[in-house]
Amino acid sequence: MRNLPTYQKCNTPRCRINLVFYKPILESLLIIIQIRNKIREFGFFKTSQSSIMQQNTSTIDRRKFLKLSGITGTGFLIGMNHSLANKIVTQNFLSGAETYEFTPLINIEKSGAITIFNTRPEIGQGTWQSVPSMIAEELEVSLDMVNIVQTGGQKKYGPTQWVGGSSSVRGSYGELRKTGASTREMLQKAAATLWNVPFEECYAENARIFHKPSGKSAGYGELAEAASKLEVPSSPKLKDPKDFKMLGKATPRPDVPLKSSGRAIFGIDASTPGMVYASIERCPVMGSKLVSFDDAATKNIKGVLQVVKSERIVGIYRYETIAVIAENYWAALQGRKALKVIWDYQGRQTFNSKNFETKLRSMASEEGLLDHSQGDFEKSFSSAPIKLESFYETPFVSHSPIEPMNCLASWTAGNKVEIWTSTQVPGDVVTGTAKEFSIPEENVTLHTLFNGGAFGRRLINDYIYEAVDISKKIKKPVKVIWTREDDTQQGPFRPLTFSAMKAGLSADGKAIAFQHKVIAPSLEATLDKSHDKTKVNKTMTEAISEQKYEIPNMKNSYVAAEFDMPLLYWRAVTSTTLAFAHECFIDEMAVKAKKDPLDYRIEMIKKNSDAEKVLRKLKEVSQWNKALPAGWGRGVAQYEFFAGLCGQVVEVSKKGKGIKIEKVYAVIDMGTVVNPDTVKGQVEGAIVMAISAAIKTGITFDKGQTVQTNFHNNPILRINEMPVVEVHIIADGGEVIKGAGEPGLPPLAPALCNAIFAATGKRIKRLPFDINNI
Amino acid sequence: MPSYTLDINNTKYTVDVDQQMPLLWVIRDFAGLTGTKFGCGIAQCGACTVHIDGAPVRSCSFPVTGAVGKKITTIEGISANIDHAVQKAWIEHQVPQCGYCQSGQIMAAVALLKRNPKPTDPDIDTAMQGILCRCGTYQRIKNAIHRAAELI
Repeated sequence: MRNLPTYQKCNTPRCRINLVFYKPILESLLIIIQIRNKIREFGFFKTSQSSIMQQNTSTIDRRKFLKLSGITGTGFLIGMNHSLANKIVTQNFLSGAETYEFTPLINIEKSGAITIFNTRPEIGQGTWQSVPSMIAEELEVSLDMVNIVQTGGQKKYGPTQWVGGSSSVRGSYGELRKTGASTREMLQKAAATLWNVPFEECYAENARIFHKPSGKSAGYGELAEAASKLEVPSSPKLKDPKDFKMLGKATPRPDVPLKSSGRAIFGIDASTPGMVYASIERCPVMGSKLVSFDDAATKNIKGVLQVVKSERIVGIYRYETIAVIAENYWAALQGRKALKVIWDYQGRQTFNSKNFETKLRSMASEEGLLDHSQGDFEKSFSSAPIKLESFYETPFVSHSPIEPMNCLASWTAGNKVEIWTSTQVPGDVVTGTAKEFSIPEENVTLHTLFNGGAFGRRLINDYIYEAVDISKKIKKPVKVIWTREDDTQQGPFRPLTFSAMKAGLSADGKAIAFQHKVIAPSLEATLDKSHDKTKVNKTMTEAISEQKYEIPNMKNSYVAAEFDMPLLYWRAVTSTTLAFAHECFIDEMAVKAKKDPLDYRIEMIKKNSDAEKVLRKLKEVSQWNKALPAGWGRGVAQYEFFAGLCGQVVEVSKKGKGIKIEKVYAVIDMGTVVNPDTVKGQVEGAIVMAISAAIKTGITFDKGQTVQTNFHNNPILRINEMPVVEVHIIADGGEVIKGAGEPGLPPLAPALCNAIFAATGKRIKRLPFDINNI
Repeated sequence: MPSYTLDINNTKYTVDVDQQMPLLWVIRDFAGLTGTKFGCGIAQCGACTVHIDGAPVRSCSFPVTGAVGKKITTIEGISANIDHAVQKAWIEHQVPQCGYCQSGQIMAAVALLKRNPKPTDPDIDTAMQGILCRCGTYQRIKNAIHRAAELI
């Protein structure tokens, strides 16, 4: 996630299949897939075709809305004005000569309307509020006075038009405050000049400049023209944090009313005149070759317009696909079900999880690539009076945002393309599309809409390129919507990791030797053809060598496994699996040392480190030493990685054969916090996602394809399984800001399994596990 | 092709569609009401929840024919100014994250409170467990439903 723009330059020729250890032993098999028989695919209904005679509608006209906002050419606009009796308004801002641009991110109109451009797509993490608030705070305006516009990858808005790695706030904090402060100073200077008074006698408040001695004032709109002609101050005076009105406070998010009323517009909601719909058939055995297809039955379905071959470009892969185009989405789905397709599986139909996992286990004996070494692990381990060895396993998982992948693309004359979609990476959508379709970047217009979840899935453009490709071929605007089955079966997936752990303790239980060896496929090898497999892949050993435990002898390594399907960053990436092994094993060490697991960690952790602070706070807020009811247990874990640092204590109780998660205490270290309520929401949500990954099915493979297809066999946590979550934020100021979106995930699984051990004596070493049968 | 007249949010829509078309696609693609969402297509996630005569149904798996002659209410129909008690509580508790599932959550919550004005936690679990939230806003949903019960 950290080096985003480099990985998806897939202009390579069709990828050659090279399945090293599950190389096909059978001749390639030709199998007809009768899509029609797969009733589960799309529900329970059959063909339809339709036209509409609409009488009237009392809602916002979405088409007009999109068209209107498209006129601005500066990004899709969802404006909200609290002053109009909490009524959602859609307006066409930036309408012409009366608008003044102070920086590309701030526009002020003569009328007083203020627009802040948000470069960080809203995926649920709160950037619709947190990012504009950093500008607004210094500009001395509240968010209900401004219109927020999401940018669409235009060059003028710079390189920060993406979200991932919990980086949006910490990556923009200084810069955006400076942007707001510069504009405020320009307005203040314009007022001082207008009134012929000293600059210092003026101040800004509520979008007005006031002259303190006389009490006279002028609105930003009145000053905008004169101010916009001034030089932009290079080092404006920033506010003292003690004077902040918004930053550091729980400020309501302006997108919440939109999302509580069906008015928020997501990628899937976009429309444009003349639009048709597409559903795309992709082979569930990824990497298969299309031999032939019969679309006679498809074309007989009313509403189906045409069938075209297309392509899915995902990471280093290019997969052949068949798109069914129809007047409405339902007809496209029915048409797709009626296709008869012959695929050549290329031997991939023999791949299955059981054999793959057996292979991974056997690779634990390999030396692997060195991630980090200190002291002399081999010597200290072999002479240690107490030795432990353990092996931990985790699954592949899907991202499964509830909004399926979708994109509306309109290819028009002159090789221009207009795109409406949900994406984490607007900048990369523009440059990537231009490159993939060999057109200038100026020919790509992107409307970045609200993301109905992303979790890393919308970091890549596979679902966008296929819509663009189809629109180019059929010469019509087309909206492609994936089914949940497409989403579940086609990846990309978070990779699994297996971990071989070793530790040597002194006679009094002190850790003297430690090893974490990761055995896993390389995520980046499936994204980047130039990935160097001879070097350790730091994504796959994420942070195992950066924990703050002071152990004199350590040796961490990585054994790369071959895997030939798309993999991708998932929220908190590999820390979500490695922390499980790492922190459960630390618990095993504490048990062996006959020490309290939390005290054992505090004793071992670097003194005065943030991690120590988090552990001590956890001990306090969870009342760690307070006795629990009979049959209960508690466990602790912490993990520090690129996104930040969070520690958790989980309390569980025995319920018959199973376990109930009673409560989760989380402490997240932020340094500086912009919106504490958003941070708490992020940690609450991260815990839910981590519980799903720990106790639900995950993704497994059989006959070359995923066993899971939809939420009935790839479930996620439901409300009745939700434990009470209590989040505490450490925000003691300072220069360093840590991320909020991801750190809540890694500690959950180990803290949960450590709690289960405390309650039952059973040590869980493989995820996922059945919590109802421990 | 049969023609159906539907009452959605007290507005009449006449559509000419296949009898098997799920209500979801009529609402989204024909009535143009996009607040109701597609998530799974098999009544597993609840993002498509609407009311038919006040009762919550999964519109992705409900044929259009079943809705004729009945009152269909979507998220757009529960208030004109985002001031239904459930919406107020949702805003007060800052429930949504990505927001995609929230139309379904709110429709399920509105239906719950209509038949059970003071639901307990187990009541909420039972009524709401059909609606998935990948962002994990369940704790806030629960708190907001209790708050909405006070506001009604």
